[in-house]
Amino acid sequence: MRDRAEFTIREEEVGTTVVVDGPLLVATIADLDTDLRELSGSYQAIDISQAAPIDTVGAWIIYRFSRDHSATITGASEQAQVLLRAVEESATTYAVAPPQEDLLTRVPAHVGKVVFDLLAGTRRNLGFLGALLVAAGGIIRHPSRFRLRALVRQMELVGVTSLPIIGLMRFLVGIVIAQQGAIQLREFGAEIYTINLTGRISLRELGILMTAIMVAGRSGSAFAAQIGTMKLTEEIDAMRTIGVSPVEALVIPRVLAAMLMMPLLGFYAAVMAIIGGAVISQFQLGIPILTFLSRIQEVVPLHDLYVGVAKAPVFGLIVAISGCYQGMQVKGNAEEVGLRTTRAVVQAIFLVIVLDAFFAVFFTEIGWG
Amino acid sequence: MSEEDLHFEGEYPIVIEGLKNAFGEFVVHENLDLKVRQGEILGVVGGSGSGKSVLMRSIIGLQFPSAGRIEVLGKDITAAEPDEVIGVRNRWGVLFQGGALFSTLTVGENVQIPLKQFYPELTQELLDEIACYKTVLSGLPREATNKYPSELSGGMKKRAGLARALALDPELLFLDEPTAGLDPIGAARFDELLRELTDTLGLTVFLITHDLDTLYAICDRVAVLADKKVIACGTIPELLENQHPWIQEYFGGPRARAAHAAKERGKDMSKQGMDKQGDSGA
Repeated sequence: MRDRAEFTIREEEVGTTVVVDGPLLVATIADLDTDLRELSGSYQAIDISQAAPIDTVGAWIIYRFSRDHSATITGASEQAQVLLRAVEESATTYAVAPPQEDLLTRVPAHVGKVVFDLLAGTRRNLGFLGALLVAAGGIIRHPSRFRLRALVRQMELVGVTSLPIIGLMRFLVGIVIAQQGAIQLREFGAEIYTINLTGRISLRELGILMTAIMVAGRSGSAFAAQIGTMKLTEEIDAMRTIGVSPVEALVIPRVLAAMLMMPLLGFYAAVMAIIGGAVISQFQLGIPILTFLSRIQEVVPLHDLYVGVAKAPVFGLIVAISGCYQGMQVKGNAEEVGLRTTRAVVQAIFLVIVLDAFFAVFFTEIGWG
Repeated sequence: MSEEDLHFEGEYPIVIEGLKNAFGEFVVHENLDLKVRQGEILGVVGGSGSGKSVLMRSIIGLQFPSAGRIEVLGKDITAAEPDEVIGVRNRWGVLFQGGALFSTLTVGENVQIPLKQFYPELTQELLDEIACYKTVLSGLPREATNKYPSELSGGMKKRAGLARALALDPELLFLDEPTAGLDPIGAARFDELLRELTDTLGLTVFLITHDLDTLYAICDRVAVLADKKVIACGTIPELLENQHPWIQEYFGGPRARAAHAAKERGKDMSKQGMDKQGDSGA
């Protein structure tokens, strides 16, 4: 058997006939399809008595040719006739890709959609916050509805399992801050201030901020992906039908867990950074670790710790709400889950940094400089 | 490409011998033997959890069995890795229980995926034409061609899944509960469509179903899965002779009798229809 279908043209008195031979199968038909498409002129018949075997793609191509050239099909085997009838009944043309507007309509339409989405998004965001407050109120009135197990589980996922990565990261950042700070401060002969720098920046700013970013990447994204997938598989709808509020069951434990774990993680991160700074100072500046730690007590005002710990629950709240909110917005397909997860992380990090700037100004103004 | 590659000439496209599937301690199949004949629709029935889907996954190479041998179209599936090219994947079509359509592609694009994968030489024009007629052939309106799966109803998703399973004009078709969740009219149409396609395209069909109507209406033979193996395989009258309690309960129940009655009525109707045709012809 040959590998591809071919055709020859036979001139007869009654008209021109296209004679096809070879296997008319999807695997062997690509060339015949292109060649037949290029054929112009009038043909009286298409002869497929030499062509076997045949499948629906082969039948389709023969049918299309006969339709386009008003040619009769001759020599069709019984099987070919059945297939030809089947494709004839199904013959249709329709766009495979979804309909698309032209560029002039599409661009303004898209801009309009973005603006409207932004407004609708803000509304939905506020709505979500409202639902969260209602659910929180419900739980306060009926404490038995509170899901302690879910909370503990989420605290483990958000807090305990992220200890190694956050600790390592902050330890390394502490080394970098102390080492780079020391190089600059040495110019003024003020290397001893490396301790102030490391201690204050870790406890007040970076410890919390970087932890929030880490939690957004680790847990915020997980919230969005989990809840989004549950939305796709109708688990959320199923919860609603049996009278379980998804906000109560899924969102509240996650938000609470993030709010409770963030201060602890932030403090732990700051401690790790200070240890990192102390270690590098021992080697580079010759300051013994214990001296470094006792100096920290003297130079870091206690309100630096308060500033850091006060910000943490707010950041945790933002990260958890972004994740849960975006997860609840998923509908349609798997791509949406990815899109919403990305958006949750970006939104959370952005809001955390904006709020951090606000907090920096605020705490300085109230005299906790 | 040799002739043998183009079409399977043997008597049994699927041969399973001594299959064992186990998940940890839990044994699903043990010593399971089954042969599927060329050109038949084989219905596979069994209680929930009897391992029907696992059996299908083993045959198509998604579930590696603990022991035994599975031959599909003369090729040993069990000797190959899940993604290895073994020359049978372009000769079967699979319809998963939930349709398993690619959610970011339209129905038409879903149909084109296997074609593009195996026959990159086909032109886009032909691919579009194929996607259109396969969609309609599977019983969907043509407007469904450029719809996304999320815009389709459950029944339409099944049909779209069938369209994708049929994309390559396969010799073998695996269907996992194709009529589950369809309304009776939709299910009956699906059965008809399947019978028609099988006869037209000369398919061999491995059909997992709970639908007694489907069994009576279109299956040539039925394999019964129980006690971790195929306890019986044959036509429904043959199975009715079998004294196994599960089979008796399954085919002796009120629903089975109703399905049987429906088939008998269907036969009478078609006979009448033929008589009338004969009359008008004469």
